[in-house]
Amino acid sequence: MKFKLTTALVACGLAMSTTAALADCGIEGGSVRILSNDFEALHVIADAAKTCANDSVEVTSNATTEHKNIQVPALTTNPASYTVPIVATNSIVPLLNEDLIRPLDAYVEKWGQQLLPQQLIKVDGKVMAIAFMANAQHLFYRKDILEEHGIAVPGTYAELIEASKMLKDKGVMEYPLAANFKPGWNLAAEFVNTYLGTGGDFFKAGSAELDIDNANGMKTLETLKAMTNYMSPDYVTYDTNGVKPIWEANELAFATSWGSRASAYIGDDSPAPEIAKATALAAMPALMDGGVPSAALWWDGFTIAKNISDEDAEASFRAMMKGISPQVIAENQELAVWLVDGYAPTPAADGVVANLQGKARPYPMVPYMGLLHTALGDNVIEYLQGSESAEQALDDITAAYNTAAKEAGFLN
Amino acid sequence: MTHKEFMAFIWPSLLAMALFIAVPIVSVAYQSMFVEHEQIMIETETCGPFGCTPEVAVDQDAMRKVREDSPAGRFNGLDTYTNSSHLATDEITEIVATSENFGEIRDRIMNLPFYKALIFTLSYTFIVTPLVIVFGFIIAVVVNSIPSFLKGPVIFFSLLPMIVTPLVGSLVLFWMIDSRGVVGAFLQYLFADPSLSLKASPTLTWVTLFVYGVWHSAPFAFVVFYAGLQTVPSDTLESSMVDGANRWEQIRFVVMPYLLPLATFVALMQLMDNFRIFEPIIGFSASASATSLSYLIYTDLREAETPLFGSAAATSMLTIIGVIILLLPVLFRNAREFNRKA
Repeated sequence: MKFKLTTALVACGLAMSTTAALADCGIEGGSVRILSNDFEALHVIADAAKTCANDSVEVTSNATTEHKNIQVPALTTNPASYTVPIVATNSIVPLLNEDLIRPLDAYVEKWGQQLLPQQLIKVDGKVMAIAFMANAQHLFYRKDILEEHGIAVPGTYAELIEASKMLKDKGVMEYPLAANFKPGWNLAAEFVNTYLGTGGDFFKAGSAELDIDNANGMKTLETLKAMTNYMSPDYVTYDTNGVKPIWEANELAFATSWGSRASAYIGDDSPAPEIAKATALAAMPALMDGGVPSAALWWDGFTIAKNISDEDAEASFRAMMKGISPQVIAENQELAVWLVDGYAPTPAADGVVANLQGKARPYPMVPYMGLLHTALGDNVIEYLQGSESAEQALDDITAAYNTAAKEAGFLN
Repeated sequence: MTHKEFMAFIWPSLLAMALFIAVPIVSVAYQSMFVEHEQIMIETETCGPFGCTPEVAVDQDAMRKVREDSPAGRFNGLDTYTNSSHLATDEITEIVATSENFGEIRDRIMNLPFYKALIFTLSYTFIVTPLVIVFGFIIAVVVNSIPSFLKGPVIFFSLLPMIVTPLVGSLVLFWMIDSRGVVGAFLQYLFADPSLSLKASPTLTWVTLFVYGVWHSAPFAFVVFYAGLQTVPSDTLESSMVDGANRWEQIRFVVMPYLLPLATFVALMQLMDNFRIFEPIIGFSASASATSLSYLIYTDLREAETPLFGSAAATSMLTIIGVIILLLPVLFRNAREFNRKA
């Protein structure tokens, strides 16, 4: 099978050069200290960057799921504890808000020949981060079950719910559907995904004023609620890791989860090889016929701390260029949907690529999005469980967001 | 002991208490009265792998000066305490004014985040604390009366729930009550209800958390009471037997009064601990149905990309005030007894 990314993403087609990499990366001296989240694709990058270490260059890395919570204090000190915070669409925001990372334009010009224009994250015209992978939630489905019952791959939520209903009515599965609906960060991410599918924006243009208390917000809530009818009541505890064993136990036909987890679902080393073989990936369903996939697109990338010496900053940038070099990515194609030159998508990337081709929208990178995310995480579940109305849920979200945004100084 | 000697003995503790208890509390109280500066925003364009979008961003140059002028933030007085995420005074006034009956007032107030958390925290405290004392006492009396060669192993196993870290203990139970787990599947079989889920129903989640709380804390009460039982004066017990007291009467009229001060101690510790309930909510993924004051602090600090320090500090102060109110009756009672003895 051939996979073509949209031209906007990957220019592609370049023959991979297999020349052995220079062992020392040409860095004269300095210290490179990487802080990142903890998953395989990032380990590969950090390990490649570490090959730049020699007598005068020190490269260390700390991969931890706590990265989001320690990055601001760690970068506020002078010199900063880490020189390279690896961030995502949401976690770059606090670093920008607190002015803790430096513009990279000069480094890109001097050392960044390998970068594609799409990799540059520009804020106010300045390059603030270098993206290297994309991520999004998408649909996982069991092609064997769908074929057996003559169900087409759902392209919209209406079709997904209809297919789930059919499987339930036929007695194939009691609860054919699962999604990351655990209150808090996960449930909020689902709301964001679905809301983006409506085409609406979260905030009034150019302000921090919330704009979800409308038909789009209602439609989003109703869609989430319709899904819960075909999910086990335990859905209130489902997060990314919680859904996978249930999928592997042959109890689900549909699930929505993260693209970065796809290779673990379909890999040969899955604990349930038959199910892994029957698992296929598709774009997140759209809210209406012809709509965009209702998924937020995320990028992962690296930034360089502000409070460090120029020597360390240069060493860090060049070590990271080694870390995300086309050679390193070529050897690890299956680990992520890379944004790096020369990447050819593997089957594990099907879902995210389909989202991209369907023109799904990016997760908003505004300074107050995190506050809304928290407010959503705390206030959607009561509606889903039936203990309050959709209007009340939207009111509660608005109240929680307004209070937080006032305290953070974004609203008066 | 003269006052001078007393001070010589106590000053290291006083210093440590001031440094590690008083100073942090004062700093939290100070923090709770400040919020972030008003953010100066600029309209920009953000470009990335998925195209360019017009966005707003914080104006760094303008903000740097504001932050340097007053690093603590913007003074907000007690407004954080009264906003809708905390005591919600305005909201309550409005609810009382616009609701038709008491039930509606109650329901609407219970929908406010602080009161929702408070009601669970208080329910947990007042249900778990007495049960812990009762069960701890029963276990202690039973263990005290079994043959001595069995005592060692029994004590060890009784203490296990307390030895296990709360988070690990709750995670173990969380998987056991899963509908595929030992306990969950057995309950479904017992009640012949395949849709029974301890994780989904709010009521059952509360019950699960209460049961967990008793399971986890009863060993603490047991250890204290068991130690106390070893010191019950045998001549009093024997004279009660001579007077014809049966086993229950011995416990009721000799052992219980003797152990009462210990019960007060356990109650104090448990009231404080239970009011700060937090780990089980994370371990049981119970936040859909149960939130506590500590959980609110956690979400303020950890869930958002930008921590809300002021809000977390205000909830912390309210928690401290809550603990003080809870402990007052027990402390008063203790002081009265102390004075009577003196």
